[in-house]
Amino acid sequence: MEMVKKADCGTDYDQYIHKKILTIIVLVILTVVTALFAVTAGSADIPVTEVLKALVGIGVEKSVLVTLNIRLPRILMALVSGVGLASAGCVMQSILKNPLASSSTLGISQGASFGAAIAITFLGGGTVMGNTADAVTVSNPYLTSLCAFITSMFVTLVILGLSKMRNASPETMILAGVALSSLFAGATALIQYFSSDVQMAAIVFWTFGDLGRASLENIQVAGIVSLAALIYFMLNRWNYNALECGEHTAIGLGVNVSRVRLVGMTVSSLTAATIVSFVGIINFIGLIAPHIMRRFVGNDYRYLLPASALMGALMLLVSDTFARLIISPVILPIGAITSFLGAPLFLYLIFKGVNHAGN
Amino acid sequence: MLEINGLDFGYRTNRKILNQVKFDVANGEFVAILGNNGAGKSTMLKCINKIIAPQNGSVLINETDILKMNRLEIAKNTAYVAQKSEGSRITAYDAILLGRKPYIKLAPKKEDYDLVEEIIETMGLQDFSLRYIDELSGGELQKVMIARALAQEPKVLLLDEPTSCLDLKNQLEVLKLISNITRQKNIAVVIVIHDLNLALRYCDRFLFLKDSQVFCYGGMDVMTPETIGAVYQVAVAVESYQNKKVVIPLT
Repeated sequence: MEMVKKADCGTDYDQYIHKKILTIIVLVILTVVTALFAVTAGSADIPVTEVLKALVGIGVEKSVLVTLNIRLPRILMALVSGVGLASAGCVMQSILKNPLASSSTLGISQGASFGAAIAITFLGGGTVMGNTADAVTVSNPYLTSLCAFITSMFVTLVILGLSKMRNASPETMILAGVALSSLFAGATALIQYFSSDVQMAAIVFWTFGDLGRASLENIQVAGIVSLAALIYFMLNRWNYNALECGEHTAIGLGVNVSRVRLVGMTVSSLTAATIVSFVGIINFIGLIAPHIMRRFVGNDYRYLLPASALMGALMLLVSDTFARLIISPVILPIGAITSFLGAPLFLYLIFKGVNHAGN
Repeated sequence: MLEINGLDFGYRTNRKILNQVKFDVANGEFVAILGNNGAGKSTMLKCINKIIAPQNGSVLINETDILKMNRLEIAKNTAYVAQKSEGSRITAYDAILLGRKPYIKLAPKKEDYDLVEEIIETMGLQDFSLRYIDELSGGELQKVMIARALAQEPKVLLLDEPTSCLDLKNQLEVLKLISNITRQKNIAVVIVIHDLNLALRYCDRFLFLKDSQVFCYGGMDVMTPETIGAVYQVAVAVESYQNKKVVIPLT
């Protein structure tokens, strides 16, 4: 009789785990299908067969050019940025014990904006020019990205430094992030106020977020950073699970909580800062992708981390495809699209959460 | 065997929470830590497994000082159940599996799952093992946390008021469960508890903390109206009912 009970318990658990793995497989399939659709969709009318040929480098010159030089880099950047932002957001929410933690709420994005504004206004990165999509862009993207990265890492270091002094408490990290976010938003507004129309347009355009501005080198760097961060987070998945049961319980389970928090914040901030410095501010992905997946796979980080990373990639890919197609050939700013799609979805999740709790 | 010697702790140098605390607990023994609110009971429990690092003293388990071990080694020797456990969207099964964390390298092995299922079965948690712990009642959640602690296969189990949020039925159930399992597995238990009658019913020895120090430590013989009156400043009678001692407040 006891053996039957034991077998039942294990079998049910296996089925429960299989459902989570199935969710991840479905996400992989959806992401691949969306990526294939995205590479075929666009203002240039290229048949699917031509796109497939171009992907292996044997199509007509125009198809190869559009597919490999324009669409594929955007899609790759959407994938690596989505993975990086969503996994970083997921870990920030865990280690800070705050469902609103993300690179935007912690001031990392605002820090990047400030760096970009300095580069555009004072360091000669701001001469604007038209590109193929009739938008403005900065003339020295490397300098702008570098400055954005430096200032966003500065925000991270200040948050970590303050937290270290106060024993890495989540409250200190969040409050420091809110204060710095406000400080850098104000500083950016001041720079905009004193900049020329052209410079201001470039700053505003930079903050919109644009996957198309990323070079192949940017994609490689962002890809390596995102992948390395995801591997690090996955290696710490049991630590994040332990933190779910409370700080003292986690310490009792052998987790060095201060170190997990400080290193986790450093890696997630570094990832977010790298991506934001390349593509500008992309709201909501880091916040909402983990929340959506918590509904499907719970807070078990063994599954939540890969599921959030995939959901981030999928959401960013869908948003970018939407931004490219909705009033083609004009490409809408990706940051605005993610906010438009993300905010109502987030509100829906909040209300559904309230109902769930009420029930 | 757990031996605690000269344990000192204070948040500020001029205010000691624990002052030269010394006691021992045999394997399979159930020891209650008693005293007023703020006496340092919970702090002492956290010092034993270095959740809070004590300023002085040693905590010997089978003659090895665990305060000199790293966190993972401490977690293999002691398990701690907090006063108030946090619910989360992880299943009771996964919460219990977390107890195997100190032993997991990359992923849990079959033996880890087997042990979790054995504990679920022994503690009768099958009905809600796949429910999220934030949907469980206080009693169910506390049982899951105790199961998680047992999955650590500790030599010493530290329980901080595990029955404080439970109704009478669950208080008795939880303490009986702990008592049975720990005696069976020869685990030393240190439990912070406020209810003197529950302590009398389930514990072997009683340690009274007063003014940061051990006021007295011993078996049933220390449970006297004089000791309780001196520690709690409340007049009580200690009577016998069906061959069991009970404490009755007189005020």
